[in-house]
Amino acid sequence: MEIRLDVLLAILGMALVTYASRAGGYAVLRAVRPPPFVQALLRHLPGCLFVAYVTPPLLAGGPPAWAGAVVVIALQLATRNMAAAILAGVGAAWGMHAGLAALGWGG
Amino acid sequence: MAIPPRAPPRQRVVFTRIGVRRGFVASIPLWIGMLPFGVVIGVLSAAKGLSFAETMLMTTIVFAGAAQLVALELWTDPAPILAATIATLVVNIRMAPMGAALAPWLDRLRGWKLWGTLATLVDHSFAMAVADQRAGGRDAGYLLGIGLGIWISWVATVALGHLGGGMLRVPPGHPLFFASIAAFLSILVPLWRGARVDGLPWLVAGLVALAAHRAALPVPLPLLLGSFAGAGLGAWIELRGRGMPGWK
Repeated sequence: MEIRLDVLLAILGMALVTYASRAGGYAVLRAVRPPPFVQALLRHLPGCLFVAYVTPPLLAGGPPAWAGAVVVIALQLATRNMAAAILAGVGAAWGMHAGLAALGWGG
Repeated sequence: MAIPPRAPPRQRVVFTRIGVRRGFVASIPLWIGMLPFGVVIGVLSAAKGLSFAETMLMTTIVFAGAAQLVALELWTDPAPILAATIATLVVNIRMAPMGAALAPWLDRLRGWKLWGTLATLVDHSFAMAVADQRAGGRDAGYLLGIGLGIWISWVATVALGHLGGGMLRVPPGHPLFFASIAAFLSILVPLWRGARVDGLPWLVAGLVALAAHRAALPVPLPLLLGSFAGAGLGAWIELRGRGMPGWK
């Protein structure tokens, strides 16, 4: 249960820059009204951020990940139930992974 | 469509206990997505020689999975104070524009409600709050509720990983890791505003991120380049279409 000084300092440094990242953008942009282009860019950022997040690992994941992705999106559209969509997607990816491994294709 | 779909809410923004509770409940499905990632961070912290107290302190006050992963990868003894701090900043700087994008809600908050809510801001709570805002939501407590729910599940899963140590081994490439991708995909569905608005920007965001990833650029760069390329294109199309004067 000890906390060493060097570890404490590293953690505090990490925490400080993380809070600065979370609060800093808002603090700056509240003081300076951004031009219309920046406002439009900020409106487009959420979707683009998540697409940029998922694209590389999704393509690298191969058929199990693609099948899982189709199931997640279909269920989210049909039921609007996030838990059902995530669980079914993981189940589909896992099932296909196991199936391919059983057939001797990767895994 | 005559009215722009993202017109800011006309009604007053509020911050209620009910909103916080609604956000907390909405975050529960995401806990499944946190599980494999949190366990990995816990196991890795133990493997790098961090005590349980140190691991919990980092997880509680840093509360940023990708940054913790990167910092732990380069962890040494004695602790790399400067390297860990810089690596964390590079990964987390992506969150700076999020608070700015949530200004329609945050502008109405003061004191701990504002600065405390910002402390819990993560990618998921940001995206879900934006979707709620677009659907006419005006209770800023929703954002804090999601953030708190994710924070609790994050601390719990990391603790599980640290305590479980060797027992809970989740090898890289395990299908459980698909849970975090699944969480991101299910968040994307309500953010979609149709092919005319989001089609090209999302395509470009994905392609640029992929190209940067294939070019082996270091960790946060594919994400940053992809999201800003897509969002920049979206903004350009939007302003050009509107014939809006006065942008340079």
